[in-house]
Amino acid sequence: MVQTVVDRSTVGEASLFRDTYLRAYQGMLLARVLDDKFASLYRGGKIHGGVFLGRGQEALSVAIGMGLRKGDIFAPLIRDAAGRLAFGETVLDAVRTYLGSPLGPMRARDGNVHRGNPKGGLLPMISHLGAMISVVNGALLARRFKGIQGTVGAASIGDGATSTGAFHEGLNQAAVEKLPLVLVVADNQYAYSTPTSQQFACRDLADKAVGYGVQVHSLEGNDLQACLKTAGEAVEKARAGGGPQMVVARLLRLCGHGEHDDSNYIDPKFKQEPFGRDCLKVAEEYMLHHKWAGQGALDAWRSEAVQKVEDAVATVQREPAPDPYRETWHSLSSNHLVEGQSES
Amino acid sequence: MSITYLEAIRAAQAKALEDDPRVFIYGQDVGAFGGAFKATKNLAREFPGRVLDAPISEDAMVGSAVGAAIEGMRPIIEMQFADFSVVGFNQIVNNAAALYWRTNVPCPITIRLPGGGTSGSGPYHSQSLEAIYAHYPGLVVMTPATVEDAYSMLLEAVAIDDPVIFCEHKLLYYHLKAEKLPTEAMPTGKARIARAGRDMTIVTYSAMVHEALKVAEELVTDGIEVEVVDLRSIKPLDTDTVMASVARTGRLLCVGEAWPWGGVTAEVIARVASEGFGLLDAPPQRLNAKDTPVPYHPNLWAAHRPTARSIAVAARNLVRL
Repeated sequence: MVQTVVDRSTVGEASLFRDTYLRAYQGMLLARVLDDKFASLYRGGKIHGGVFLGRGQEALSVAIGMGLRKGDIFAPLIRDAAGRLAFGETVLDAVRTYLGSPLGPMRARDGNVHRGNPKGGLLPMISHLGAMISVVNGALLARRFKGIQGTVGAASIGDGATSTGAFHEGLNQAAVEKLPLVLVVADNQYAYSTPTSQQFACRDLADKAVGYGVQVHSLEGNDLQACLKTAGEAVEKARAGGGPQMVVARLLRLCGHGEHDDSNYIDPKFKQEPFGRDCLKVAEEYMLHHKWAGQGALDAWRSEAVQKVEDAVATVQREPAPDPYRETWHSLSSNHLVEGQSES
Repeated sequence: MSITYLEAIRAAQAKALEDDPRVFIYGQDVGAFGGAFKATKNLAREFPGRVLDAPISEDAMVGSAVGAAIEGMRPIIEMQFADFSVVGFNQIVNNAAALYWRTNVPCPITIRLPGGGTSGSGPYHSQSLEAIYAHYPGLVVMTPATVEDAYSMLLEAVAIDDPVIFCEHKLLYYHLKAEKLPTEAMPTGKARIARAGRDMTIVTYSAMVHEALKVAEELVTDGIEVEVVDLRSIKPLDTDTVMASVARTGRLLCVGEAWPWGGVTAEVIARVASEGFGLLDAPPQRLNAKDTPVPYHPNLWAAHRPTARSIAVAARNLVRL
């Protein structure tokens, strides 16, 4: 799977790409280390509820996060630790949400992958798949109303979400309104345990985009170079007014649906396929081959990532747990409309 | 010069668009066509670019309203019929309603639900869905019964920083009239004594307020004075006003056009029974639509929902208990 850098006519461009690639790899690595830590905390009984990892999807995820810029909109899904970090989420916010710290962005009211910062453009997913596509559309519509140009909104989904009504409604809505949406589909072969053969009958998920008049980009999702190139192109097309873009990345989920799932249903033949290789390994070989980094640098980056994650976990573990007696238990922002609160 | 309930809804939307550049309207056929009921007539022309036709995608309509609200807009979503709002149910109850609780970011959207039965409309153009929305935390549910409330509560709905389900009754659209639009209004969350009386309390809302008022008029000849409480909003529910009325009359009948199971009438009775049991001189009663889909034929439809006739029977029975 080792490839060479092509289409880089000048040394400057090549060096720029090299820097981007190395930065992207470090983002993937940080996400992997963070995910591994969550898995080990889960096994140690330190996490309430489920743990959902992005193992095998970091190259695609980081490429989307890096393709966006400050001021853009991003609705990540459960396997997007890398994209979230690249878009600006902190390790501390991720750890606080998983460990249920009241100091986290969700204040222990919601947990694990259900985190975000809506005012900063990072939309917190709900569990209902495909539902965030139209939310991104609405944010983009708002930017249009306000006369703000050049915003791109990205939403992540998996192959399973392409079967939902929300996907069809959301993608069609974006096409009708010609919104700068980038819809990223991680075709990771399984929706929980359901193989793609039971999920859709079209030849390729890319066909679904064609049906809505949406431009589509297909790629191998474990190849960081391809991910950076394709995600970058899709984002720039959307930003330039080309309307919604759909990215379909073929890859393999290298873990269970969640850490409770041993994923024994995954067909072993997929792991022998080129797209079944671990994107982190593929990127490491690529960098070593091109002498962009030596084993020493890789080891140092890993230690750095581990330290960053360990520091965050140590910080959050010292933070207080939420106190039900200090909770407002108000689900409305309008205090006067909360029953029992109105003046009489 | 008089103005109908429907014209009041149109006027409120025009005023909201005029007063606040953050407001926009999104729904099926709401643009140049002016909406299935003409609630947005001429608004697309008067406010170019701010009244948008949506594809037939209730889920995406509401989802995009959530995204726009996060970005500081104040969308008004028109469901063509309340019945179709359930296609967008997930976005309403799981995204819009939960956003503030989860993130501390308010979600100011107004979702208009033209609901309630009209003769010949059948199972899918007649539903009263206020109770299922009230069931979810994070939503305000308004059920205006008068032209004045249709106007002022819709303006308040747009101004509120939370998602509002605005249940407007189609039966009132054309025949309910007022002399003029109100300049001041009771706040949402306060019920209204639509008619005072000392013998029994009928608690109701939306179109059933008018049926209850007919009954109150009719029962005068029996020497029975009925107090009618118009809830105005079912969430928040003004328990204080209901309780004070029951304290005066000792008898309670709750009337709703919606289905009986777990609905507004059940909630009112539960509150009065648990918090004001000692105020009651008779077991609290309730009257709802029958527990079937809304029928098509006028004969069946009239027997399916409460009417002045069936409410009067229930009221007379209650007085004898």
